[in-house]
Formats: sequence, C-alpha cells, structure tokens
Amino acid sequence: MMLFYVFATIAVVASMLVIAQRNPIYSVLLLIVSFGALSGLYVLLDAPFVAVIQIIVYAGAIMVLFLFVVMLLNAPVEDMEEHRLIGRGTLRLGAALAAVLGVELVWALTKAGGEAGALPGASVSSVAAIGRLLFTDYAFQFEVTSVLILVARVGAVILARRDEPRSGRTANPANPANPVNPVNPVNPVNPVNPGE
Amino acid sequence: MPSLNQYLILSAVLFAMGTAGVFVRRNVITILLSIEIMLNAVNLTFVAFGRALGSADGQVIVFFVMTVAAAEAAVGLAIVIALFRHRESLNPDTFTLLKW
Repeated sequence: MMLFYVFATIAVVASMLVIAQRNPIYSVLLLIVSFGALSGLYVLLDAPFVAVIQIIVYAGAIMVLFLFVVMLLNAPVEDMEEHRLIGRGTLRLGAALAAVLGVELVWALTKAGGEAGALPGASVSSVAAIGRLLFTDYAFQFEVTSVLILVARVGAVILARRDEPRSGRTANPANPANPVNPVNPVNPVNPVNPGE
Repeated sequence: MPSLNQYLILSAVLFAMGTAGVFVRRNVITILLSIEIMLNAVNLTFVAFGRALGSADGQVIVFFVMTVAAAEAAVGLAIVIALFRHRESLNPDTFTLLKW
C-alpha cells in the first residue's frame, strides 16, 4: 500500500513536471522517471513482463529516440509568445477541458471497476503464459504488428530523408537534379539553410 | 494492497495530464511526450483490469500498445525533423500552410 502511493506520487509529479518544463530535454528525462515509477506499479500488479519491457523498450529505446531528436535539433527552448495563434484564454480553456476529462475518466473508470474493486489473489503473471497467448490467440495481431513496424521504419526513413542537397557540404555535383526546392517553394523564413 | 479503483484513478489522472499537455504546450516534441503519457495511462488501465480479471490478455494488449507507440514515435519524430528543417521552429503555431 505504501509502495503504491510512493510510485503513484512519483509518476504524477514527474508527469506534471514533464508538461511544466520549458526545456524538452528535461521533459524527456522526467518522463523516463515517470516510466520508472509506472514500472514499479506494474510490479505491484504482478506484471513483471510489462514492467521489464516498460524499462527496456519504453525508457531504454523510445525515450532515447526522443532524446536523440531533441539533441539533434539543438533543443530550442519553447517560446510562448512568438507565432501565437491562440490566446492565453484558449490555453486556460484547454487545461480546464483536460481537468473535466480527468474527472469524467475517474467517474467512468471507478464505475467500471465495480464497488469493492479489490484485486483477486490469483493472477497470471508468468512470461511463459503471455508468450503462449501471444503466439496462439494473438498470432495474427503479432504478425500485423511486424508489418506495422516495417511500415513505420520505411516511413521514418523517407520522412526524415534530406532529398535535395542545398548546403555546400552535402552538395553532390554528380547529381544535378532539383536546382530549386520543390518541397517547400513558399518558405519565406529560410531561403538558405542556416542550420548547417 | 491497493484496490483496482486506485489504479484506475491514477491512470485517469495521468491521462488527463497528458491531455492537458497536448492542449497547453506549444512544442511539438513536448506534445509527442504528452501523447506518450496518455498511452502509458492506458497501459496502466489495461494491466490493472487484466490483474482484476485474472487474465493475461491485458499484458498482451500492453505489448501491442508499446509496439504502436514505438512506431508512432519513430514516424512522429521523423515528421518533427522534417518540419524543423523547413521552418527552424518546433512551435506548432508556425505550421500554418494548410490553414485557411
């Protein structure tokens, strides 16, 4: 019981700080803290498999991907006043709507959880049982997941590809294609690329 | 031992915080991080209900959710990189080419 409150407090406070930070690097690192607390909660729920892949896959791989991108883009600190399309009142309205959603979710989920809501003593927690389920009942979904990963990988490579050499360093004289920028012809901000 | 309702309330709070992050923040990477918070809140719900119902299905679903989250993060961050290359900004308010 005590551990639940410790982990829950860490998760909530870290998530709160994630959306309160201006610097994205701190946000990513705090989110890793939150994921660690959630992993502890999974252990309390007798789900060691989920706890381990939460640490290895989520905190270890996905968050490192985020961290790479934040550092690659030189982590511009959020500027709240520049290019503002919506006012502060709209932001407050958004936050209030999120709070209303929270209340609604608490109401709906606790209603779904039943009156007593006490967890039963027995639980299915072995990795072998999960693996058996994954490769029998969920075999088709598992294969579809592999296709999804493939599509995501190809999509990420294509989206992040630099398809036309603009700066001198990456210019390829053997490739005379694309003298002008066909992707973004109406870019008034940066006719040349100062990020290079 | 904590009851199911406590886990559900915690996950509802986390989900609402992720939603608030999407609404309030003006940084594409932080918005993606808020989406990750929401996905994790849903994962916690799945595991808690699976534990309450005594089945391993919840944990299997969490496995799939994590796979989808990984794919979403990869594609989303690739889009962020492409956007940053064009606008030198991570503020979603600058990407208004399709607006009006």
